[in-house]
Parts: sequence; C-alpha cells; structure tokens
Amino acid sequence: MSSDLTSFVALAPAYPELLLAIGAIILLMMGVFSNEKTGNTMIVGVAIGLLAVTAVLVAIHPAEGVLFNGAFIQDGFARFMKVLVLTGSAFALVLSVSTASDHNLNKFEYPVLVILASLGMLMMISANDLISLYIGLELQSLSLYVIAAFKRDSGRATEAGLKYFVLGALSSGMLLYGASMVYGFTGQTQLDEIAKVISLGEPSLGLIVGLVFLLAGLAFKISAVPFHMWTPDVYEGVPTPVTAFFASAPKVAAMALFIRVVFDTFEPIAKDWQQIVIFVSIASMVLAAFAAIGQKKLKRLIAYSSIGHVGFALVGLSAGSQTGVEGVSIYMAIYLTMTIGLFACILALRTDQGYVEDISDLAGIAQTRPFIASGIAIIMFSLIGLPPLAGFFAKWEVFLAAVEAQLFVLAVIGVLASAISAFYYLRVVRTMFFDEPNHQFIKTPNELNVVIALTAALIVTYGLTVGGFLKDVAGIAAGSLF
Amino acid sequence: MNHTLLQLIVFLPLLGALIAGLLGRSIGHRTSEIVTSGLLVLAALFSWIVFLQWTMGGGEAAHHAEAGHGGDHAFVAAESVKVELFRWISTAGLDLKWMIRADTLTAVMLVVVTSVSSLVHIYSIGYMHEDPHRSRFFAYLSLFTFAMLMLVTADNFLQMFFGWEGVGVASYLLIGFWYKKPSANAAAMKAFIVNRVGDFGFALGIFAAFMMLGSIDFDSAFAHVADMEGKNISFLWAEWDAMTVICLLLFLGAMGKSAQFLLHTWLPDAMEGPTPVSALIHAATMVTAGVFMVARLSPMFEASETAMTVVVYVGAITAFFAATVGLVQNDIKRVIAYSTCSQLGYMFVALGLGAYSAGIFHLFTHAFFKALLFLGAGSVIHAMHHEQDMRKMGGIKDKVPLTYWMMMIGTLALTGVGLPLHLLVDALPNIGFAGFYSKDSIIEAAYGAHTAAGGFAFWALVVAALFTSFYSWRLVHLTFHGETRASKETFDHAHESPMVMLVPLFVLAAGAVFAGYIWYDSFFGHAEHVEHFFKGAVVVDAELIDAAHHVPTWVKLSATFAMIIGFVAAWYFYIAKPETPKTLAKEHAGLYAFLLNKWYFDELYDFLFVRPAKWIGTALWRGFDDWFIDGVIVGGIARRVKDITSQVVRLQSGYLYHYALAMLIGVAALITWAIAAGGLLG
Repeated sequence: MSSDLTSFVALAPAYPELLLAIGAIILLMMGVFSNEKTGNTMIVGVAIGLLAVTAVLVAIHPAEGVLFNGAFIQDGFARFMKVLVLTGSAFALVLSVSTASDHNLNKFEYPVLVILASLGMLMMISANDLISLYIGLELQSLSLYVIAAFKRDSGRATEAGLKYFVLGALSSGMLLYGASMVYGFTGQTQLDEIAKVISLGEPSLGLIVGLVFLLAGLAFKISAVPFHMWTPDVYEGVPTPVTAFFASAPKVAAMALFIRVVFDTFEPIAKDWQQIVIFVSIASMVLAAFAAIGQKKLKRLIAYSSIGHVGFALVGLSAGSQTGVEGVSIYMAIYLTMTIGLFACILALRTDQGYVEDISDLAGIAQTRPFIASGIAIIMFSLIGLPPLAGFFAKWEVFLAAVEAQLFVLAVIGVLASAISAFYYLRVVRTMFFDEPNHQFIKTPNELNVVIALTAALIVTYGLTVGGFLKDVAGIAAGSLF
Repeated sequence: MNHTLLQLIVFLPLLGALIAGLLGRSIGHRTSEIVTSGLLVLAALFSWIVFLQWTMGGGEAAHHAEAGHGGDHAFVAAESVKVELFRWISTAGLDLKWMIRADTLTAVMLVVVTSVSSLVHIYSIGYMHEDPHRSRFFAYLSLFTFAMLMLVTADNFLQMFFGWEGVGVASYLLIGFWYKKPSANAAAMKAFIVNRVGDFGFALGIFAAFMMLGSIDFDSAFAHVADMEGKNISFLWAEWDAMTVICLLLFLGAMGKSAQFLLHTWLPDAMEGPTPVSALIHAATMVTAGVFMVARLSPMFEASETAMTVVVYVGAITAFFAATVGLVQNDIKRVIAYSTCSQLGYMFVALGLGAYSAGIFHLFTHAFFKALLFLGAGSVIHAMHHEQDMRKMGGIKDKVPLTYWMMMIGTLALTGVGLPLHLLVDALPNIGFAGFYSKDSIIEAAYGAHTAAGGFAFWALVVAALFTSFYSWRLVHLTFHGETRASKETFDHAHESPMVMLVPLFVLAAGAVFAGYIWYDSFFGHAEHVEHFFKGAVVVDAELIDAAHHVPTWVKLSATFAMIIGFVAAWYFYIAKPETPKTLAKEHAGLYAFLLNKWYFDELYDFLFVRPAKWIGTALWRGFDDWFIDGVIVGGIARRVKDITSQVVRLQSGYLYHYALAMLIGVAALITWAIAAGGLLG
C-alpha cells in the first residue's frame, strides 16, 4: 500500500491527474513570464491541448485500480465520465478563444483556473474516500467561485460570484456535516468500507440524516431542486463563456460523484436514497418546466432547462439499476453535446452593442443568420426530445430504466414535464423563425461555426453514427460499478 | 381467349393514368393527351377482339353452360376465362386472389367501357383544349377507366368493391375537376356522400353474403345460393329471409351508383363536371355499374322473389319520375341527365323481371346513344361559348350542321324510332335505331311477365316513353330550331366543333344506329340464341323471352305510339304554337313548380338530413370541440400552466437568504421524508 508514492509505474491509474496538475503549474509559470498580449492566446491554446491530451490519455490508457490507500479509484465508470468532463472543459475553452476579450476573460489565469477546476472534477470522479471526495469537490468549487467572479469590474458578475460562493459554502457545510454523520455511524471514511458496514445491520437514524445531508450537498452541485436557486442568478450574471463552462463539465462531474456515492456507499440502503432521488427528480423536472416558461432572459431559460435535464437524468438514477446508470451516462454525454452546441450558437450571435441576452433578441435570425438559427432549432428540438434527434435517445434510455424498475408514476410525470417544457423551447424556435428581425449581427468566429456544425451533426445523426458506440461504452462504464 | 390481351385491356388505362398524372408536368399536355388516348384506343381495339372472339367463337370451353333458374337445377358456373394476377388475402376461411374474369357479361362491359372511354378521351382533346390542367384531366379519365375495368372484370365481391369505390373516387375528382367553382365542389361532395349511403348497403350486403354463403368468390357463392332456401338472417330488429336481405342490401348499392329513385339526387348535380365526364361516367359507364352488378349477381337475385319485385318497382318509379322532371328542365345537360336516370330505371325493370339480357342490351345500346347525346350537347355548349340554358339557344341548326345531325341520330335512338315490320310480314325483320330494339324489349318483357309488378312497370314505362319522346324533341327544338334566343354576339360566333370532337360523334352515331339491329338476336331474340350468347353469365329466363315475343300487337305498338304522341306534342308546343308551354305552365303553376324543382327532393333531403347533420356538426364543433376540448381542456391546462409559472417565478426573489432558506427547508423536508418512508419513526 505504501509503495504507491515510491513507484512511478504504480501510479499509472493517476497519470491523467498528474499530467493535468503538472500542466497547470507549468501554464501558470508560462503566464507569469510571458508577454501579456501574445502569451494569453498561446496559453489558452496550450490549455486546450492539455485537456485534449489528457482526455485521450484517459480514453486509451487502460490502467485501472485503487491508489493512495484506497482514496483514489480509476475504473471504467470514472474513465467514461472523465472523458466527458475533459471534453466539456476543452470545448468551453474553445468557446472562449474569440470571445474572451469581450468578456474580460483574456487573462492567463482563466485557462489555468479551468484546468485546476477540471483537475478537481477528475478527483471527484475518482474519489473513493469521504476525505478525497471533499478535497476534489473543494478544488473544483474554489476554482469555480473565482471564475464566477473573474470579471471583477462587473456588478452582476461579482454578485453572481458572491451568491455562488456563499451558497456553495453552505452546501459544502451540509456535505461535510453529512460526511461526519456517516463516519460517526459507520466508523469508516472509505466508500466501499462504509457500504460493508451498512450492510451488516439495520440502517440507523443518524446514518439516514448523514445520507440526506451528503446528498443535499451533492444536489447543490448538480443544481437539483430545491438546491437549485443559485443556478439562474449565476448563469445569468457570469460572462457567457463561463456559463457555458458551468453548465457543462461541472454538472457531469457532480453527477458522476452522485452516482458513485449512492451506488458504492449506500447500495445497501438503496430504498432510502431512491426515495430522495425520486423526490428531487420530480421536483426538478416539474419546477424547471414551469419556471422556464416565465423567463425572458436566454441564459436564465438555459439555467432552468439545465435544472430540468438534471431532473430527467435523475429519473434514470432513481431506477437504481445498471440500466439506469447506463441511461444517465448516455444522458450526460448527450446533454453535454447539446449544451456546448447551444452556447456556441449564443456566443455566435453578437451585435455591435454586445451579445444577445433576451429571447426576443433572437427574433428573425432565421432570415439574417439561417445557419445559427437552424443550429439552435436542432438543439431545441433535441432538448425537447423529438425523435430522431439525440435528445430523444437520452430521454428514452432513462425513461426505459424507470419503467423497467416499475417506476411508472415517475416516468409519466417525466413525460408530462417534458411535454410542458416543449413550450418554452418551441417559443425560442418560433421567435427565431416567425418574428421580424430586429438586430444586425457581426461575423461569427470560425471555431464557433465548426462547433455548431459538429454538435448539430452529432445530434441529427446520433442514431446512425455515434449512438451504438456510446451505448456500448456507457454499458461498460455502468458495468464497472456493479 | 388471350390472357395477355385481357391484362393489357385492364392495365393500359392505368399506365396512361400514371404517365399523365405523375409525369404530366414534365412531358406536357399534348403528350399526356396523346399517350392516354392512344393507350385507350388500343384497349378498345383489344376489347372488341376479345368480345368478337368470345361471342362468335363460342369460347374455349367445349361444354355448354346452363344456368340454374330459381334453384330448380343444380347451379352450373358460367363459362368464363379467369386470369390470376396475384394472391391477395389468404387467411383461414378466406383465400382471395386478384383475378380478371371474362365472360359474356364482362366482354359486353369491356366493349362499352373502353369504346366510350377512348372516344371521350379523343373528344376531350378538342373540348378541353383551353384548360390549363389538361394532363390532370386525362389522368383522371384514364384512372376512372381503369377502376371501371377492375369493377367489370371482378371475380369476387371484394375486387368488385375496389372497382366500385375506385370509380366513385374518380367520379368525385372529375365532377370537382374545376375545383375553383364552388358549385362543382358541392356537386362532387354530394355525389360522393349520396353514394356512401348506397355503398354502406353494398358493403353490408357483401358481409352478409360472405356470412351466409361462405365465400366472396362469385362462382362458389352462387353455388351455395340453392342451399339458402328458407334460411333466415337476423338483421336490425328481426329475422328475415337471408337472400332477400342480402339482395336488397346489394341493390341499395346499385341504387346509389345508378342514381335510382331516392338516391338519384346527385346525378343531375354531377353535370357540374366537364361535359366529356358526363358522357363517360354519368351516362355510359359508371352509372350502369349498378345494373351490371345486379346482372352479375343474377343467380342470387333469382333466389329472392321479394328483392326482384322491389327492383322492378324502384326501376319503374325511377323511369317515370325522372322522365317527368326531364320535361321541364332548361339546362341542356340536366335534361339528358334526367333522361339517363330514367333509362337506368328501364334497365332495372328488365333486371327485376328476370330479363337480365334485356337490361344489359339496353345498357349496351344506351351507352352509345346517351354518350352521343352528351358529347353532342358538349359540342353545342362549345359552340355557344359555355351557355347551357336552352332558353338562350335556338335556331343554330345551320351553324352547327354536323352536330345537329348527330344529335338527331341520338334523339331518334333514345326515343326508339323504328319500323315494326315484323308485325306486318313475319319474314321481315324490324328496322330501327338502337333504342327501338332494347327499349321495346323491356316494355314487352314487362307486359309478358304477367305479374302485378310487371303490369305496373309496363304502364310506367310506356308513359315514360311518351315523356322521353317529348323532352327529347323539346331539347332538339329549343336548341336547334325556331328563332334564336341567344344574344346576337353569341349567335354570330357560334361555330362547328373541330374534327377531333366530331369524329367520336360519328363513331357513336354508328353504334346508335346499328347496335340494336346487329345484336338484338343475341340479347333478346330467341331464347336459345340468348343462352348461347351469354353462356351462363347471366340467368336467362327462356319462358319470359318467349312470353315477351308473344304479347298482343297493341302492346308491341304501344311504345311506338307513345313515341309518336310525344313527338307530335313537342312539335305542337315548340314549333307550331311556341306560346303554349308558357300558358300551360301558368295554368298549372303548382304542378310546373313541382316538376321544375325535381319533386322537391333536394329540399326534402336538405330538411331531413343535411340540416340536422349540420346542426349536430355545429353543435359538436362549437360546443364540444371549441368550448370543451379547446377551451376547457387545452386552453384550461395552458392557463393553469401560466398560473403555476407566475407563482414559481416569484420564488426566485434574488435574495441570498431566501435561497439559503429554501435549501434548509429542502434538507429538512428530505430528512423527514426519508425517515418517514424508511419506517424509522415507527
């Protein structure tokens, strides 16, 4: 056990994290010592490259195992989620390349912070101990707090950063409290050891309280109702490229952690956490569906949309089965694609006065910018879940898992919420296609066009191209948890 | 008989329809016209070959088929040729093949359908030459022809039903061809809806036949008819004789398609379609489908005395009723339409009497002279710049001499002009136009039947013959003779139609003149000849044919007298004393209005069916759909969603402590829930 730190070869399962950590430090040095004007672009480029290389490394490097006295685990599930997280982070940085200066993000610290946050996410995903779980989570959260308030001269951004920080601290407190209760009633911190202890006897009241607090802290990270209140304010307040980042990678990482905790640690009391997940899932789907209808700001709409989608993903988790985990894994992959594509579209729409904010700003872009309008339309239809787009398959997988687990009421509520949500998605489409244009937009940077085209193509051809492969991989990932 | 030839006859029109319908835009109107017409002419030639081979050569089966009569003998299937196209449905108890069946009846229909259709195609090239959608028109015409051919070559009820509905659809499309005209659309819908009533009966009849006879193949169904004697079927509220119910239901379908009394209202309105359509569909072919169907099913109808009697009465009433209405109509096409209705009544009387061959004979000759009259009327309308009101015509005889003479031939054939020389000298044959033979055959058969229904039918038909003669000559006089009542401009511009329209008239005129003389012996001459001709395709009642030939002389002359009286009256009314009709109409204003308004059937139906249906429709639309579904359910849910939304949005206050509180409440609620659900409280 103690040989982990002495043998470099033995560290193989943690190579990606090491690469990212060392890379972050080197990038920091490069930033400090390079010319501010020219160096910044280079650092963003290197950061993207670093994330991409790490993602490739995770994907092709087969080393799996448990390290650091059981605090760190690398398995199929972790590798699947890590690839998603790293891809999401990389694309979030790509989206910021041309738009960073407009949002005051053109400082070398931004890409470094993104990399540090990503490192935290990798740690979260691989956490196998309550301590390492918390450290990974906090590394991610602290980086995100800073990123949220990165635009220091903007009142809205700092307000959002502060709200995020305060509520995040509260949630961290809840999570820690829950962790301490769990430790107190089981005497273990390592996740699989906790599970063993729980399975020995009847679950005690203290353990249930610990479970709820722990899950509440995690629910905050995936912005599930009722721990979602920060999401609309933060999404709206922070610069759009940052919103894109917030909405993509951290969601996936937190969902991965959520899955690992409930399945590894609380597997013996599945009935108890399933109740909670079902409640949170229904609350998220329903509240998001209604609240989104009342929104006028595009980013708030997306915030509620993401809350709703977390609710749908949790439907799969509620099933408590391998199919469910597989469904959630597929769901997160598709959700990530749709989110990146959607933000690429929004960032592509820039007028002389700035970026689009209101839904009404999208009026008539089908005439002025047909490419982006069709991109948004495809993503909106996919978010609704219309076949044969990717979003349909995502919902199909999770609802299928719920039905297999006899959770019919949940599935029906989910479908109804999905139907209601169609209203606000379609309203965006209607605004784009049937209203008169009221803005002139300036040229779109090439990389955004590429991202839009890529995501739209993936969404449209999902069933024919990547669908089968993704299902296989997600199946392997889910299998490693059971 | 050549199998390929039969397949070509049926499928060449379909090919034409597909080419003109799908490629019409790219290949152009002229090409569509030539292709569809050419294919139809080909089909017509083949049909004549098949017909002549079959009737002259005596078919290929050596034995002489003998039709059972009234269940006295074991049923012997008709001599026929069957071409299997493909297997259609195969389940337990039902093995259905798509077949082309050809026997004498089919051969006669093939000749009628393809001949008239090909002539109408050619005629339409001239008549429709200004229409911007000619390709579509020709596609519909060919499609109709295909459906009609499917109908007459059917070997089972289902295939017949396919053709039956197919001609209905094509008829709908063609009546409403000028779809921008509201009246044309209304007429198309009326035709379709009224036919639905009949088709409903037809479909029920098919079901009942399948249920009772165990097969929907004609030959095997007929074979089981003999076992049906005394069997009952429960229908609606009581038990009835099975064959009577089946036959009456089937006859309901025939009534709809053939515009018989009570279901006739669509036919006059169908004149809204282009005139060639009226000639093809509403004179020569589709409306005779009902007659064909009853003749085809003659072994079944023979089994029900009641059904046969009903057929006679309905036919006789229709013949009389339609003729009375025809007396006073002013629209040239409507006169001919009512005439068609009336003549169809004649055919049904013949069928009901058991003289199927006479009915088919009249169908055959009627197709020629009625198509001739319609196309002639079309030529007149063409000449008069789409004027159809006879009150605005007159005196155009010299303007359109060829059309005039063709119409003359048509009129002579319809009114049944002929010399009954046979009565004077036994060795001499009767000489006359086509209608003379076929119509007199029916009238003589009616008398010769010596039944109450036959007696009624005889007098109704003789009076109808008088009226027929009157309105036909009235049409000729009003249109061609006397002083013109057309505006000077229209009159001066009146012109003879081009040859492409006239040649079909000549061909039909030849048929109207000679068809009766040539085929009289085969259809209604000596019973043996008739049996030999039909080879069992329809039931031949030899006794009835003999009886019809031996009716008293006054009966044989009655139709001719009626014709002469009608002719003289028309001459007196419209040539000698042109003011007579007006004074007569004034003196009998009530009767005149009654006839002019077609016995008020449209008004009656409007009151009985259309208005209640519309009222129910409006009530369901406004009350159920608009108010309840749209307003309460859909709109109500949408409003509730908005209400909830406005509540939910207010939750998001923007204050940090509200958010923190929400989180704490959430945790508290979840803990409570988890503990309660986990059973830890108890």
